Amino acid sequence: MSAAHDHHHGPAKGLSRWLYTTNHKDIGSLYLWFSFAMFLLGGTFALVIRAELFQPGLQFVEPNFFNQMTTMHGLVMVFGAVMPAFVGLANWMIPLMIGAPDMALPRMNNWSFWILPFAFAMMVSTMFMEGGGPNFGWTFYAPLSTTYAPPSTTFFIFAVHIMGASSIMGSINVIATILNMRAPGMTLMKMPLFVWTWLITAYLLIAVMPVLAGVVTMMLFDIHFGTSFFNAAGGGDPVLFQHLFWFFGHPEVNIMILHAFGVVSAIIPTFARKRLFGYDSMVYATASIAFLSFIVWAHHMFTVGMPLAGQLFFMYATMLIAVPTGVKVFNWVATMFRGAMTFETPMLFAIAFVVLFTIGGFTGVMLAITPVDFQYHDTYFVVAHFHYVLVPGAVFSIMAATYYWLPKWTGYMYDETLGKLHFWLSFIGVNLLFFPQHFLGLAGMPRRIPDYALQFANFNWISSVGGFLFGFSQLILLFVVIKCVKGGKKATDQVWEGAQGLEWTVPSPAPYHTFETPPDPKLIHAQ
Amino acid sequence: MASGSSQSAYYVPEQTKYPFFASIGLALTVFGLGNVLNDIAAGNSVTTSTWIAIVGFLILATILFNWFATVIRENHAGMNSDQLKRSYVWGMMWFIFSEVMFFAAFFGALFYVRQLSVPWIGGEGAKGITGDVLWPEFQAAWPLLANPDSSVFINPHDGLNVKEWSVSFLSGYLPFWNTVILITSSVTLHYAHVALKAENRARLIQWMVVTVALGLIFLVLQVLEYREAYGHYGITLNSGIYGSTFFLLTGFHGFHVTLGTFMLIVMLLRCMKGHFKPDDHFGFEAAAWYWHFVDVVWVGLFIFVYCL
Repeated sequence: MSAAHDHHHGPAKGLSRWLYTTNHKDIGSLYLWFSFAMFLLGGTFALVIRAELFQPGLQFVEPNFFNQMTTMHGLVMVFGAVMPAFVGLANWMIPLMIGAPDMALPRMNNWSFWILPFAFAMMVSTMFMEGGGPNFGWTFYAPLSTTYAPPSTTFFIFAVHIMGASSIMGSINVIATILNMRAPGMTLMKMPLFVWTWLITAYLLIAVMPVLAGVVTMMLFDIHFGTSFFNAAGGGDPVLFQHLFWFFGHPEVNIMILHAFGVVSAIIPTFARKRLFGYDSMVYATASIAFLSFIVWAHHMFTVGMPLAGQLFFMYATMLIAVPTGVKVFNWVATMFRGAMTFETPMLFAIAFVVLFTIGGFTGVMLAITPVDFQYHDTYFVVAHFHYVLVPGAVFSIMAATYYWLPKWTGYMYDETLGKLHFWLSFIGVNLLFFPQHFLGLAGMPRRIPDYALQFANFNWISSVGGFLFGFSQLILLFVVIKCVKGGKKATDQVWEGAQGLEWTVPSPAPYHTFETPPDPKLIHAQ
Repeated sequence: MASGSSQSAYYVPEQTKYPFFASIGLALTVFGLGNVLNDIAAGNSVTTSTWIAIVGFLILATILFNWFATVIRENHAGMNSDQLKRSYVWGMMWFIFSEVMFFAAFFGALFYVRQLSVPWIGGEGAKGITGDVLWPEFQAAWPLLANPDSSVFINPHDGLNVKEWSVSFLSGYLPFWNTVILITSSVTLHYAHVALKAENRARLIQWMVVTVALGLIFLVLQVLEYREAYGHYGITLNSGIYGSTFFLLTGFHGFHVTLGTFMLIVMLLRCMKGHFKPDDHFGFEAAAWYWHFVDVVWVGLFIFVYCL
């Protein structure tokens, strides 16, 4: 039985194709569908929150259940929707972009994925356990998550452990693929930016996921074995939890946004029909942001108390991130400048990304200012800030990527009219949803509460209307994708007139096995 | 056509059942463990949950055994190109890096409590005012032998740190001997590697046996050390932050030594079966890297937990 012979097999039939696959495209699709399912689940939790906040008073849910909703919404969206979506894109696109036959470690690739459904089944099942699910916010600060936590926290901890293992295996695979599997001629500085951003975030993941594993392990021991890591009565410190959590958590924020930069850096040049402006500076800016993300974590904790020198250091270091991020934003704008632009759905999402992510970036600079943060901390301003970065930021980039590469995946063009409808409803919905939350926060409305004072009522109902509009608009995406999988106008190999890169040199749909022999080095161009 | 015949052939395995069932095994293991812990906390019987964990772990272990066996078989069949082998090298390197970061979390916690939180509770430093309000009587010290609230966290009698730098003290000091043992084991492992590369299988096996024996002696001494800590010194998981950091740092290190010793035993058996060639023995090297890594962590532990 020779391996080369196996390569000419198509996919296996039936369910076993998906359970036992080692094919990067199959695993990519699994990740993307899993991510979309989690996106709808986490979105449902968000709609429970927005329904409750539609008007003052308690309407639909108990405060404890409301807290479970905010917690599970955050956890499911961060670990279940955004991260797996980018891993799915990595699986599909990195081998195609660098001219590799598959991911470097195909069997481990399958394991990275199949851990996730079990981990999330266990985490979501905590909501049906005695005492309810985790109710301490997605940041699970001690002692809320230790001394005062429901018994189901034990399962939450183990779920985090195994999804961390999945992330680490996935990242190792990405690094081995990028460093070892590039086609001849694909030098590091010729790699598409999406590959670069994944290489850098894979390092971030390997560096911080173990710290998350460590901190939940300390929680487990505090809960079950009587240790005192987060209890000052035994010489520990609840603030220690926050330091360890945010040492993971801040790089985690960048893990969710850096790939988005890579996606947008692929789409904007295609539809501006120009080369990306400042490729080298994009690479260095990505690396700078990644480095800075390790030394800014305590800006999440200005109000818990730290020495003045610490506050100053973390304030300035945080503001420094605006510099490489600014480099990126200006490069995208410069790429569009005097380009022959067209506005297909991926481009619309990409441009919306640039504008709305920048808004989220600006509010980030506001929050970095220590004395001002004392006012904004734990208000809806923070909620507005990070949702601007994550929803019209990370999530829009995932949608842009989906529309951009869908013809390559399925072999058919998606329905452009429905795509544009999806974009405009999402764009309007997301701004209605999150823009008023800036005003709520500045006026003093705290986050994570099921009820609020009357003066916040107007902005809250606007926000809730926007939330439902945005939420239900996502069903259009589901419809467009299913329709595109089933058929439509045949896509050409090139798909987009201005598209550059190896993934556009293979047929549409991409065959089950691609680049079994490396591509012609002449096809590899500088970015 | 054999896969190694053309320079471009990177062996992409066909479908595999291992990962999916390994996921089931892993999920059952942690689900069972979670139930064991919660049953103990609630005072329920742990029989069912223990069985779930055991069955899960057996599934996981069986699959990993077969998984590794398959990889070894494929390598012996010549299906692995040099490029594929480099993927394993990158994988192992970054796996070890992730382990380094796992220990970094616990070392970070140790440094934080020693340098910041314990002095603050004792009324010193930038946040000392907290301690003045909470426990005015509390005196910061390390090892922390008097907890802020000793009714909740029972005070240990004594620390396990180096009391004096003299031959007479060190000669009866277990952690010192453990340091000697582990460093020696790294050296003996290196000689095993040299023998492997010189194709001297008898000497390779001798050095491997010595290395495994040193690993096992380390573990036995570590058990004795824990018995001393619990029985004689009153250092327990429940004795405040000194015991917490001590047991989690040395405990996770001990767990990694156990894993490393297990890897070395497997490598010893594979040496006896003649699996390795002078130019093709990455399984051996990976285990060796792992062993050197646990050795380095121990040196860090010896310095920061026992000496300073």
